[in-house]
Amino acid sequence: MMTIACPWCGARPENEFHCGGTSHIQRPPLDCSDATWGDYLFVRANPCGLHAERWRHSYGCGQWFNLLRDTGTHEIKAVYAMTAPMPEPAPEAGP
Amino acid sequence: MSGYRLPPPHGAWLDRSQPVRFSFNGQSIEGFAGDTVAAALLAQGLMHIGRSYKLHRPRGIFSCGVEEPTGLLDIGLGPLRTPDTRATDILARDGLVCASGNCWPSLNFDLAAVNQKLAAFLPAGFYYKTFMWPHWHLFEPLIRRLAGLGTAGDGPDPERYDEVSVNTEVLVVGAGLAGMQAAVSAAGAGRQVMLLEADVQPGGWAASQTLRPGSEAAARLAAARCDLARAGVEVQARTTVVALYDHQLATAIESLEGAAAPGRIRERLWKIRARQIILATGSFERPMLFPDNDRPGVMLAGAVERYATHYGVACGERVVISAACDSAYGVAQSLVAAGIEVAAIVERRPERELGGEAQAPHGVPVLHSSVLVGIAGKRAVRGVQVAGVGGGALQAIKADLVASAGGCTPNVSLYSQAGGSLRWLDAESMFVPERLLPGVAVVGACAGVFDLEAALTHAGQVGRSAPGGLMPTAPVGGTGWVPADNQPTLAALSALSTRGGKPGKQFVDLQNDVTASDVELAARENYRSVEHLKRYTTIGMASDQGKTSNINALVLMGKATERRPDQVGSTKFRPPFKPVTINALAGGRSGERYRPLKRLSARDFHHARGALFEEFGGWERPAAYPLPGEGLIAAAERESAEVRRGVGLFDNSPLGKIEVYGPDAAAFLDLMYVGTMSTLAVGSARYGVLLNENGIVMDDGIVARLAPHHFWVNTTSGGVERVASAFEEWLQCEYVDLRVFIVPVTSQWGNVTVAGPNAWRLLDQLGFDAAMAPARMKHMTLRESTYAGQPIRVLRASFNGELGYEINLPASQTETLLARLWEAGQDLEICAYGVEALMIMRIEKGFIHVGADTDGTTLPGDVGLARGVDKKPANFVGRRSLTRPAGKDPERMQLVGLQAVDSRTRLAVGAHLSLRPPPTQAEGWVTSSCFSPALQQPIALAMLKRGTQRIGERLSAWHLGTSIAVEVVKTPFFDPTGERLHG
Ligand SMILES: [Zn+2]
Repeated sequence: MMTIACPWCGARPENEFHCGGTSHIQRPPLDCSDATWGDYLFVRANPCGLHAERWRHSYGCGQWFNLLRDTGTHEIKAVYAMTAPMPEPAPEAGP
Repeated sequence: MSGYRLPPPHGAWLDRSQPVRFSFNGQSIEGFAGDTVAAALLAQGLMHIGRSYKLHRPRGIFSCGVEEPTGLLDIGLGPLRTPDTRATDILARDGLVCASGNCWPSLNFDLAAVNQKLAAFLPAGFYYKTFMWPHWHLFEPLIRRLAGLGTAGDGPDPERYDEVSVNTEVLVVGAGLAGMQAAVSAAGAGRQVMLLEADVQPGGWAASQTLRPGSEAAARLAAARCDLARAGVEVQARTTVVALYDHQLATAIESLEGAAAPGRIRERLWKIRARQIILATGSFERPMLFPDNDRPGVMLAGAVERYATHYGVACGERVVISAACDSAYGVAQSLVAAGIEVAAIVERRPERELGGEAQAPHGVPVLHSSVLVGIAGKRAVRGVQVAGVGGGALQAIKADLVASAGGCTPNVSLYSQAGGSLRWLDAESMFVPERLLPGVAVVGACAGVFDLEAALTHAGQVGRSAPGGLMPTAPVGGTGWVPADNQPTLAALSALSTRGGKPGKQFVDLQNDVTASDVELAARENYRSVEHLKRYTTIGMASDQGKTSNINALVLMGKATERRPDQVGSTKFRPPFKPVTINALAGGRSGERYRPLKRLSARDFHHARGALFEEFGGWERPAAYPLPGEGLIAAAERESAEVRRGVGLFDNSPLGKIEVYGPDAAAFLDLMYVGTMSTLAVGSARYGVLLNENGIVMDDGIVARLAPHHFWVNTTSGGVERVASAFEEWLQCEYVDLRVFIVPVTSQWGNVTVAGPNAWRLLDQLGFDAAMAPARMKHMTLRESTYAGQPIRVLRASFNGELGYEINLPASQTETLLARLWEAGQDLEICAYGVEALMIMRIEKGFIHVGADTDGTTLPGDVGLARGVDKKPANFVGRRSLTRPAGKDPERMQLVGLQAVDSRTRLAVGAHLSLRPPPTQAEGWVTSSCFSPALQQPIALAMLKRGTQRIGERLSAWHLGTSIAVEVVKTPFFDPTGERLHG
């Protein structure tokens, strides 16, 4: 179980939070094609590695925010506001 | 009799002043406080204590700790019974009742022992092969009866369990010398330290070495305990860390069984979050492989030593040590010092490969380059047969105990759970941690460091390092040379056959009865990867997770396929490290406390009216108020008739209530609902359906406008949390510019619903505001007012078709109002009605119940709400999804009414509708069904393909193999023009 640093409440255990899935998905205009709308609804990248996702501190302040998480190691690289752009992850130390 | 109790001072953990007596298979066993059950059984000379899982071979105690594969007992009686408990891991205490699990009818006469004769037909993969041929079902009953070990408890567990969550800077797991050193160093660096020890006392491996001549173990332990006390670190004993999860979360189980804990708590679950975890979990001993190495009386050498030092138990009178490592000689020294005869050390290695410290005690013969090739005795060891690895003459040695020492296996379970990978050390034949993990360090034997001085220096450095920082590399090694392959050579086994003997089976996994030949079979059948090997042979898949078998299995597979063990690979260890009882994990959250129900504030009122409470959407609510002798359904039917005749009281407090405030509240609700809320006049209300982004009906309810910027939103009682969450998500994540606040107020506001032809007359009698009279207050309007000095919000609405007032009031006032209404209504044919009566009345009216009539595929058009969608020009959540091809499919399911053609038979919910008898594709299904007291016949709602175009059509409703002819009808069934709404 991860420890997540809520921007409002600080580090709290994961079971106080709810994951809302991939973040930064643009809602297409309503007159888009069925295929575009279908992609928006159902198609996700599911990367092994960095993943921007939105979380809500459901059993805390109730606020949504974004996380940049490594899905392989569960390392959390960044926590940022719902409306903020995805930050550049710090470059990995060279081999 | 072979095992016996050594005289004092042997037995450092015993309190000989406190005898204990318990029963094993009905036999009385005497021991001392401090004994484990295994120690007491061994001291009484009991070697054969169970039967094996598959082959029902006699088995005894094999180890002296958590790794025990065979000494499994059912502990306790009735609801307190815990099956398959390791006798080595449970303390003996007065009155304990324990029994062998896997034997019937008795330990000594086990009918299933015939499996031993059938062994040739039960090879690895037998179970899987029956799936292919002839048929699994031929074998299933037999296998189910014979398999399985103990018997579960047979009732709700009356004991108490506890759960604690803590944070600490440093968590040290294991209080051996290395763990204690790491803890002392970390505390010395000013850190908060928690030190957990699975056993009843600290000491680890060193505590077993106190009898070895010249050993400094005792002095070192005493010093370490002093250092701990000075550093202010407490050892929490009997607490086993069973799992490591992400971000340094450890869970541990503390056993309080037998302890005089206040409130008699049996086990406690610890959830520990640490900045740095230091694993000092030690190592397990690796057994030697030889024929019949599973006989009771074959034990791990380190365990034999530990029984002597800790419990003052000699496991046998005359011991043969089967060895392939230097540590065997220390064991021999200890045993001789304890007065136990060591008949010989059978050493697989040639003399030149032994380490300098591998000195046999004076007078104990060492047979170099020799192996055991046979064991005499079935339920106990009577002797061994020894041959040279190069063959030659067979030698018989009389013995009643074989101590097996095949090297060390670092206990890397937790390191592996944390995501660590392993590397193979060729000289020591062991897997050690390959890399450093962030936040999880390893020290001592579990890190592969067996040289004591090196281990203490390393553990000290690790303890002083900053949490989460860079850790020093472990100086691995220190066991001396250990051969990977410790099986008897073919030459040695052939020495047996010259005497006409046939070698017995060599057991690799004692708990799951997997033999060396099973591993070879898996290799021949090409199940070569470690993952296939494990699943095909079930090796390492028993409750001991292969703590003493995995390495031998990998070595054998490597040998059969000409690979090194690390090329075969190692599997990842999973939690829990040792079996954990379900109740320890539940921590008391069972029965009523599993998922506590929300209670109504007027519970006492309902109780006094004879309410039958049931769960609805997480609330404990009256299902009905049955009269004496009346069933639930009959009561609900009576209540619904009474409401339609006089007036009914309904506690509707669980109804979801959300206040929506802000300058953009109207615009926001327009986006959320299919209905348009921005055009509502203040004081008016409108029915609305909520969709999710896929266009699926998610909830429904009434929205009223309290003020231009203030709305009162009702949701279904089970859906309010889902709806409030969805509102917040849309507001915070998508429509971020809207100025709106969402405030769920379900538990702050009670709701008393008064419905029926006499509803207004009742309220009028009690002095409610005359402006609420039906003539003045229209259906679907809301008035804010006061009653008895309390603020009230009264909504004229109806979910049952009658004149209805939903009186929202402070929750604390609900009971008072219900009581007053009840009293005043005695002349107006008042009744209290429950959820079941409401369901009957809403089916009569054809109103949907989201979640009952709808499912995860239902679009608003499917339940008669297409008009609302078409009428609304603006965007709303879900709208775009409705225009997908599936949304426009003319074959969609639609909600219709159904009646049995015979007007008598009640339809089952879930019954499938079709034109032809099955097998055929269903055209729909029954979603709601009841007997209608108003119509005096059964009615039902159903989803049916093209349903609204099929009114009058007849179909069959199939349920459990029988069918009923039904006719598709229009809804509502009752009062189709809605006249009754007006009272
Ligand atoms: Zn928060």
